Amino acid sequence: MGKLLDFLARIGRVFIAFLQTIGRVTIFSGRVVSHCVRPPFYPRLIGRQMVEIGYYSLPVVGLTTFFSGMVLALQSHTGFARFSAEGAVATVVVISVTRELGPVFAGLMVAGRIGAAMAAEIGTMRVTEQIDALGTLSTNPYKYLLAPRLIAGLTMLPFLVLVGDIIGVFGGYLVGVYKLGFNPSNYINRTWEYLEPLDVISGLVKASVFGFLVSLMGCYHGYNSRGGAQGVGAATTNAVVSASILILIFNYFLTELFFAK
Amino acid sequence: MNTVVPKIELTGVSKAFGKKVVLDGLDLAIAPAESVVVIGGSGTGKSVMLKCILGLLEADAGSIRIDGGEILGIGSRERERINRRIGMLFQGSALFDSLPVWENVSFGLIQGHNMDRSTARATALEKMAQVGLSPDVADLSPAELSGGMQKRVALARAIATNPEIIFFDEPTTGLDPIMADVINDLIVKTVKQMGATALSITHDMVSARKIADRIAMLYHGKLIWVGPAAEVYSSGNPYVDQFVHGRAEGPIKMEVRL
Ligand SMILES: Nc1ncnc2c1ncn2[C@@H]1O[C@H](COP(=O)(O)OP(=O)(O)O)[C@@H](O)[C@H]1O
Ligand SMILES: [Mg+2]
Repeated sequence: MGKLLDFLARIGRVFIAFLQTIGRVTIFSGRVVSHCVRPPFYPRLIGRQMVEIGYYSLPVVGLTTFFSGMVLALQSHTGFARFSAEGAVATVVVISVTRELGPVFAGLMVAGRIGAAMAAEIGTMRVTEQIDALGTLSTNPYKYLLAPRLIAGLTMLPFLVLVGDIIGVFGGYLVGVYKLGFNPSNYINRTWEYLEPLDVISGLVKASVFGFLVSLMGCYHGYNSRGGAQGVGAATTNAVVSASILILIFNYFLTELFFAK
Repeated sequence: MNTVVPKIELTGVSKAFGKKVVLDGLDLAIAPAESVVVIGGSGTGKSVMLKCILGLLEADAGSIRIDGGEILGIGSRERERINRRIGMLFQGSALFDSLPVWENVSFGLIQGHNMDRSTARATALEKMAQVGLSPDVADLSPAELSGGMQKRVALARAIATNPEIIFFDEPTTGLDPIMADVINDLIVKTVKQMGATALSITHDMVSARKIADRIAMLYHGKLIWVGPAAEVYSSGNPYVDQFVHGRAEGPIKMEVRL
């Protein structure tokens, strides 16, 4: 009996801690967002973050989506050949890339690249008292440090995904034409034929949400890190892991929102 | 003394982290243009005291007044206005490693006082000269400087906006005796020049004697002794005696278990 109660109490504590974290993250994000829309703004810092997230992530995102598009063409071809539907390859590639693979892979890659970097940088600033120093120099750290990162994440991920979509579809095209022997103009026609604006738009909206989540997790874990190098290391790991999990969870619900009838 | 409104006045300030009581009803009044040094062992809450005044930590109880006005529990806008009048030298310098030296020094001018960048740079070079830094280091990153140089940059940053109040948190810790003395001289010189009110923290007695008009000792969350700097070696207080002479035996028991 005692053991059972103990066990239940432990589950209860974990559950309460989980709810507390959700509450804290929600309050935190509310505060950062409110600072995003109130002056003073820091265009210079926003620009720097945009370059960091948008431009320097291009190679990673490009490579991932390129090979995803390629493997998708190959897989769908071997699969669809079983019921003589090879003609659908181009359509499958473009729809999968724009709706799912583009945003999810870009989100995960940026979570690893940017979420980690943000948590490490902000965490180091926290434990070396640089964030306290901002406060004494009449600068609000939410506005100066966090808001630019959130804005950049929110706006740059759709851009990355758009580029990634094009590269991914191109990867599929290369495999389709040079390996599977499709007629080039046929393949291109098939790509456009069944593509709907919502396919692309839903992917870009997802990207924006994922960008927000990555920046939010990087900022949250960095800003709240404690206790020296070890704390910063933990913050970095937590930022990447939590951002990746949130991306996959939100991906499901956004898909349901857009496409479930 | 009694007729003058203290520049900074702490009354019954308490701060605990969970069950751990760090400040326990601390009282301290600092007159305008006075330089007070607080001494005390590591981990006694000296930095916490400064952070409470700066609003980086929220004191649990008591009153903190600047020029007679209560600042405990004020809003963030009001807090920014108060902090604009305060300069702070952090224990670990806390320089922004993403910015070059001159932007570190002029940070408060550009952000808090909306100075344009070229004027701010000129002012930064001027302040750097005041603490003995040549213009060559202006464009270096703080990480490229030695500890002593970083302290000087931090000092220049703390005084850049000509604050009325300056806090120095262990300005000489971790420096060699000569560099420590250079920093002490710089502190005395700049504080006197600006007519600022200074509150410093240290456990370096040489430094304390040099900077302070008055010395206070923090122990178990309270100031157990306050007196003129010259009397610190003849205070008659056994705690102070033990501390200033650095004796292991005495009423202060080192709390090994923190
Ligand atoms: N943000 C914080 N959270 C929890 N404990 C803290 C925090 N800041 C300081 N402390 C604790 O308060 C005590 C006093 O710290 P501090 O003021 O930094 O000491 P010092 O007198 O050496 O400057 C220490 O035991 C420290 O662990
Ligand atoms: Mg300290």
